[in-house]
Amino acid sequence: MPHDIDDPHSQPHSHLPSDPVLRVRALETILTRKGLIDPAALDEIIDTYENHIGPQNGARVVARAWAEPEFRAALLTDADTVLAELDLNGRQGEHVVVVENTPARHNMVVCTLCSCYPWPLLGIPPGWYKSDAYRARAVREPRKVLAEFGVTLPAEVAVRVWDSTAEVRYLVLPMRPAGTEGWSLEALERLVSRDSMIGTGLALQPDDAAARGAQR
Amino acid sequence: MPQCDTLPTPVFEAPWHAQAFALAVHLNESGLFTWPEWVTQFSAALQEAGLARELNGGDDYFEIWLATIEAMMTAEGHVTATEVEHVKQGWERAYLATPHGQPVHLQEGV
Repeated sequence: MPHDIDDPHSQPHSHLPSDPVLRVRALETILTRKGLIDPAALDEIIDTYENHIGPQNGARVVARAWAEPEFRAALLTDADTVLAELDLNGRQGEHVVVVENTPARHNMVVCTLCSCYPWPLLGIPPGWYKSDAYRARAVREPRKVLAEFGVTLPAEVAVRVWDSTAEVRYLVLPMRPAGTEGWSLEALERLVSRDSMIGTGLALQPDDAAARGAQR
Repeated sequence: MPQCDTLPTPVFEAPWHAQAFALAVHLNESGLFTWPEWVTQFSAALQEAGLARELNGGDDYFEIWLATIEAMMTAEGHVTATEVEHVKQGWERAYLATPHGQPVHLQEGV
């Protein structure tokens, strides 16, 4: 296509979008014309996951389970009822099982099929959760994978790997760090990382949290 | 409040990942397929692709996600491959013909 390179305003788009960008656009155009989708609903879904739903939701649940024994017991027995009461049972969170880490057992979650994940509690999964490497290796060699995340567990701690599906999703309840007795829920929430609720991390220690706070 | 280990990472690595993600969620909620149906199709496609190369969970993951939507919409007769290609080429021409910084519009009749 001829154009005058001296005049930037007459130049065509220098970055023609990639093939998948154009395909998504084409699909949206066709499905919108046929009345099968509403572009406003697409924007709403994106806004929800980019700005409103994320691991902060799961962290609130974990902090409360640490602070309130009755809440913890209910969560471990029937998470669906508890999460419904908190309005955290939306899409891809209809059936959630909470698995608790103890001094004897560490839990870790994977989806070997694709990337099933408790969206209402953790948001959209990170890239590594969706990678072949994690999906294949989490079950085969969980301790090695954990070590790569910087988590080394004593030999006597058993590692249990839970495989999520379209029907059931798991949330790890990490162990409460020592030295946090009497902390407010808000302070406890700050110790709960996303990875600690997938089981590829541990809750932050009070010192770590203080150090991270100081960096901000 | 966002957690420290998620702070530097955007939820979606590219805007089209978000578009493709939302499209599947919206189609599911509009009743065009159930989520278990989606998982069956998508995981089969992931597995097939993963046999040929190791998937990193980024662009390649969402390319398969998008191809799964296309395949399901085609199988149900909601779109045809020819139609998608035609409109895709229309968008390509629209991008090429639009000066940088201007909004891009599909030509009439595409």
